[in-house]
Amino acid sequence: MANERQDLNRQLAQMLKGGVIMDVTTPEQARIAEAAGACAVMALERIPADIRAAGGVSRMSDPKMIRGIQEAVSIPVMAKCRIGHVAEAQILQAIEIDYIDESEVLSPADNIYHIDKTKFDVPFVCGAKNLGEALRRIAEGATMIRTKGEPGTGDVVQAVSHMRLMQSEIRRLVSMSEDELFEAAKQLQAPYELVRQVHETGKLPVVNFAAGGVATPADAALMMELGAEGVFVGSGIFKSGNPAKRAAAIVQAVTNYKDAKMLASLSEDLGEAMVGINEQEIELLMAKRGE
Amino acid sequence: MNIAVLALQGAFIEHEQILHQLGVQTHEIRQLSDWQKPKDALIIPGGESTAQMLLLKQLGLFHPIREAIFNGLPVFGTCAGMILLSKDHLGTMDIEVRRNAYGRQLGSFHTDGKVDGLEGHIPMTFIRAPYIEKILSPQCHPLSTVDGHIVAARQGKQLATSFHPELTDHLGMHQYFLQMIQEKESCQLTA
Repeated sequence: MANERQDLNRQLAQMLKGGVIMDVTTPEQARIAEAAGACAVMALERIPADIRAAGGVSRMSDPKMIRGIQEAVSIPVMAKCRIGHVAEAQILQAIEIDYIDESEVLSPADNIYHIDKTKFDVPFVCGAKNLGEALRRIAEGATMIRTKGEPGTGDVVQAVSHMRLMQSEIRRLVSMSEDELFEAAKQLQAPYELVRQVHETGKLPVVNFAAGGVATPADAALMMELGAEGVFVGSGIFKSGNPAKRAAAIVQAVTNYKDAKMLASLSEDLGEAMVGINEQEIELLMAKRGE
Repeated sequence: MNIAVLALQGAFIEHEQILHQLGVQTHEIRQLSDWQKPKDALIIPGGESTAQMLLLKQLGLFHPIREAIFNGLPVFGTCAGMILLSKDHLGTMDIEVRRNAYGRQLGSFHTDGKVDGLEGHIPMTFIRAPYIEKILSPQCHPLSTVDGHIVAARQGKQLATSFHPELTDHLGMHQYFLQMIQEKESCQLTA
């Protein structure tokens, strides 16, 4: 029974592939995202760029606010809980959220342990910087993975590094002989069974999205080119000049990421992109939270 | 045989993999130039129907696809694909569909059920699935019901399921579709 639930949860992620999941803070923004073609929305009180600016402790959003967004749209609604915060996750499950993001964007509640996600019926997505992290989260029950990137910066460089690293580690596993996999599992600090599965299939056992710093249609196309199966856009949309237009352009860019002519026209007249800060300018590296 | 698979968003690769297992060639439809290539049939996959619908319109695919289906191009829609074929969307199948009919993700489920024309029970995976609330014309026939709700139907050369045969290793529904494509009698649509 538990396994059937896990299959269903992995399969929901399969339905999101080729799509864009957008951060929204109000029912109004959720409707704009849905009308622009988002395949799901992430409901949160403050987008990562504002969490960064505000500082302090950042927690799960008000369930009433999340319910408002659930009522506003018919697409799946996700919400974030703090790393290791079992109670926040239970609350999100109680309001029948479609996906929980156990997220480094919020302040971690536990410096060592992540949530045992196998104990939940609702699905979880988790961030990862490399293959080892991704497989540890999957072992804990995550049914979808995303790169961590560096949230709230509008700088895609970290998402690119994380996706490239994951893909090259996967290729390395594929090329190994079977007797080398035991040592590989040790080095990756990941369960041997999952390591062997990646060796055999050449991919993660769950869907893998890009996240953290995607701000333009070209950024989204880049992440798809690097092997992402879809894209999360956090601050990039509602921190920009024309959110509706930018959102729709990013959705189209993900579908036709290989067509440079189309990308060129999608990139025209989008108004101001989010200002962005680069990694050297920030003091708080969210990607370092929860290894 | 070559089957076009709508690849705007969702689980299109899963359909392609099953068709390849059955020895059928496929090509992905991401824009109008893809659509202009020769094809024997179309598959509309699961995913988010709102996102797929929007992209169909923005990419200029809505009317050409609608017209081709009305002209007899065989089509198979699963989940979101069934919604797209229904009234108020492409409108080629005479069905009214209730979206997210089983609620949110916690309502997603797996079961085994019977489909007219297929032997035995087949595995059925429902992910935030719709079902058919109403069949609007005698040309459209229900093929399967689960808990009293219609979850599969056929109208001429059009086939639709609420569930995702592309997520299981049972090839029955796809084989059924391939047979349907090869049947001689032309399209029974009146519209």
